[in-house]
Formats: sequence, structure tokens, C-alpha cells
Amino acid sequence: MELIRFLKPRNVLESWGRPGAPKSAGGGEERSCPNCRRTTGLDVLKKALMVCDCGHHFRLSARERIELLCGETFTELFRGLTLDDPLCFPGYPEKLSAARQGSGEEEAVLCGEGEIGDSPCCLFVMEPAFMMASMGGAVGEKITRLFEHALEKRLPVVGCTASGGARMQEGLISLMQMAKVSAAVGRHGAAGLLYIVLLTDPTTGGVTASFAMQGDITLAEPGATVGFAGARVIEQTTRKSLPKGFQSAEFLLQRGFVDSIVARDRQKDLLGWLLRLHEGGTADGISGV
Amino acid sequence: MEYLAYDRVKIARSSGRPTGMDFIQGVTEDFLELHGDRSYGDDPAIVGGLATLRGRPVTAIAIEKGHTARERSFRNSGAPRPEGYRKALRLMEQAGKFRRPVLCFVDTSGACCDVGAEERGQGRAIADNLLKMSLLPTPILTLLIGEGGSGGALALAVADRVWMLENAVYSVISPEGCASILWKDAAKAEQAAQSLKLTAEDALALKVIDGILPEEGLGSPAFYEGIGSLFIRELDALTGEPDLTAKRYARFRAMGRGKEQA
Repeated sequence: MELIRFLKPRNVLESWGRPGAPKSAGGGEERSCPNCRRTTGLDVLKKALMVCDCGHHFRLSARERIELLCGETFTELFRGLTLDDPLCFPGYPEKLSAARQGSGEEEAVLCGEGEIGDSPCCLFVMEPAFMMASMGGAVGEKITRLFEHALEKRLPVVGCTASGGARMQEGLISLMQMAKVSAAVGRHGAAGLLYIVLLTDPTTGGVTASFAMQGDITLAEPGATVGFAGARVIEQTTRKSLPKGFQSAEFLLQRGFVDSIVARDRQKDLLGWLLRLHEGGTADGISGV
Repeated sequence: MEYLAYDRVKIARSSGRPTGMDFIQGVTEDFLELHGDRSYGDDPAIVGGLATLRGRPVTAIAIEKGHTARERSFRNSGAPRPEGYRKALRLMEQAGKFRRPVLCFVDTSGACCDVGAEERGQGRAIADNLLKMSLLPTPILTLLIGEGGSGGALALAVADRVWMLENAVYSVISPEGCASILWKDAAKAEQAAQSLKLTAEDALALKVIDGILPEEGLGSPAFYEGIGSLFIRELDALTGEPDLTAKRYARFRAMGRGKEQA
């Protein structure tokens, strides 16, 4: 059953805005919707939490999403943790610094502690503007540390995933993050603690094949692309056209891999409710890990 | 003789090499294959079952590419589908229940990527293996015998010991895939292979694996005998280890730790 009170729209977040966005004739920034092609003023979109009238959810930056879910209660953890070019991969240092400049973040995930509703939790949010939130050593390390921190403080974890997958410029180090984070999720879960995933656009590759699919409860944003292999890769290797809506959040819901699709204006209330529901009820741990 | 990284990729892929089932048969005795994931089907790209290693009960699992064209087609060239990973996990959890060790032989260019695999949750299947292997109460030994293709290989390699044959490769992406994404040119695969640091020597230097096994006598009884002895030695060291899962955790925990800036 849907809970009607979650439908109430959230407050406007005045701080939102993106530098360098196109300006309309009137001087205000505009966005054109990739779904319905309509152009809408950014001020109007911001009031609607960057959701078009047609229902299309524009991507949010990690900070916008944190603001939406935790507001002022968020305290960032592990700031300054980076891993610079472990393989000496050609062109990677330049790409990293371009990503840092372009996104204003030092890596592709933000981690911290905050409150959603009135419930404390650990939160990680991936930043699609940083190399499409690909997962290298620093991303894996920060999320691993967050799960360890949450285990120590016996807090639930809420994770908003978005990723193009593993960061190939970090080769095997990147691949091993899938195992490292999964092991940390496993320990946190074995201690009876809650992990909620919110799949956002796009969640693919090695992130889908690890912590994006390890939640106790898996939510998804409407229309988000979620899959393991890229749609183009599948089309090229199988030489078959893909079914309609392939790898959308709705497709995953239908196939049994998502618990619920949650529109952006309901996410905070719903997450707060889920966190409250699990408060105080945690077991001592399944295997005492 | 010195090989370039891409030569190693070609050797690892070459069809003359022993396959996963050859390793199970060569290293263990009395193998009984156990089929099926108990929820959808049986994936021929992953073979697993009960075996004995020098008389000790073990669970052996291998990714099988097949030798002939016909076998390769049947085995999907060793590209496992979600039900293959679920079968492997079922057998590993069975091994955990009966306290027997798990031996994995890995050889895949990657997990199957087609519509059916996505529909049946390829990502979830791999994710499940990574998490549950990290908590498995019995020793897991993994040997990469050919291609170690990304998450599809890692899904059988969250182990206490991971070795590579000297001409095996282990990579987050195929050199061709990397070259076409980064440089829009699959022909630069050679350069990509070099940059990805995917050889056994590279993986050892990155501390992703524990050792490199020479390929002298590859496929001969003495060769398999040597691998069996290595497994026995390591199992002796791991059996009865009270902090087995903690040590497995620490093994992966140490990879890519990053650094904090002032």
C-alpha cells in the first residue's frame, strides 16, 4: 500500500544551481527535458526538486541530494581521502584534475553522518559529475570506512548509488573495491544493521555487481537506468534490439530486483519512516562477526 | 622469455590451454558434478561439485570454456550467467555448512552480457557471491588459470589465497574494451593491456594475488600434482584458523587504501 502522506511536496531548496548552465533570453537558466523535450526554467525546476512536469527526474549532484535528504544535519566524513593514479595510467592525472574542477568535489562519492527525518544514519551519495561516479580505490575506501564507522556506532547506512562502474584507469585496484566494499557491507549486515539503497541514474557495472545490489531494502528513482552490462555493449555483442524500457528502474521492479520506485518528493519522508521502523529492533547479530 | 602484456592476453585466451574441468579432474579425485541453482536452471559455463583432494572432502568449482567449437557453444565460451553464479554460491554455502574447503578455478573473459542475464539479475548474482564469500566459514582457494575477466572472475575469487598461472591475466576490463572506450580505437588494445597492469607479475606487485604458478609441464600429471600439493599445504595452514573470515576481510581491506591529505 502506498502511504498517502509521503506524496506531500518538499520545500524548495534555494541553494541549488549549476554554474555554466545555458541562459535563456530572459537571463534565467533553463533545462531541456530529455524525455518530453520541453524547456523549463531552472527556478521552476528547482521548486519541483529537478523533476520535470512529465515526471522525468533530472540528475542531482551529490550535495543537492544530501541537502534534500539530510539538510543541515549532515557532517561529512573522510574528506581529503584520495588515491592518485596507482597504476601510472596514461592521461589519468589530467582526467582526475578535470573531474575535480568540473564537479567541485575531490572524489566521486561523499560520505557522512546525518539525520533523515529525525533518525540518525550514515549516508553515502555518489557524484555522477565526477567521471560518471566511477569506482576507484578512493571511492571504495570511503564507502568501506563508512560501513566500518556505521558498524562501530551501530548506525544504519543509506546509500544513493550512481556509477558508470569500475574506474578502468585504476585497473585491478578498482576491481578489488567491489570485494572490499562487499565485505564491509557483509560485516555491517551480519551485525543486524540496516542498509538501504536508493538506485539513481545511472547505476551500472561493478557498482551494480556489488554494493548497489546488497541492500536490505532497495529503492529506485523513477526512470533510473540500472544494469550490469551497458545497453550498447549488449546490443553490439548479441546483435539484437533491446526490449522497451530495458534496464530502467521499472524494468528491474518488474523482474524482482527493486522493492519500490520512489519519486523524489517522497524520498526523504519514506527513508525517515524506514529508518524509524528499524530503530531499536536490531538483533545482536547473525553470526557475531 | 619476456612477453608483452598483450601477448599474455593472447596466450591466456588461446584454445590449446587446459580448461577449468581439466584442472578439477587433474587436481582432485572422485569428482561428482552437482548441477543447478535451484531457482532457474543449470549454467554449463560453471561446473561445480564434490571431490576429494588427497582423500579430503572439498567443493570444487570451475568456469569452463570448452575445448571444441561445439563445447564452447554449449559452455557459452565460459561466460557465466546469473544461474551459474547462484549455483556456485549454493555449492559454497553447502561447503560452509559441512566445513569443507572450496577450490575455485577461474577462466572467463567476463560474465555473460545479454538480455536474459540482465533480466535474471547478473549484477545481483555477482554481488551476492562477493558478500557471502567474504563471510564463508571455510577456506577458499582460487587459481586463475586463463582469463580473469572483471567482476565475472572476481565472483569466484573472494578467497583466502588467490594465485595466477604465469600466463593468466586478471583485469577490470578487456584491453579491447578499454581501448575503445578511452581512445575510441580497439586497435590500441596492446597499449591498453600494458597500461591496465593485468599480468600475473603486475597483480603480484599490486598485492592482489599471493603468488604465481609456473606453467612448466602445463596439463601434465606432475603439473597437477604440484598444484594439489600447494593446495594441501595452504589448507593445512588455514584449517582451524580461528580468525579465518577476519583475515580474508583484511586481505581485501588492504587493497587501494588511499591517502589522507592535510
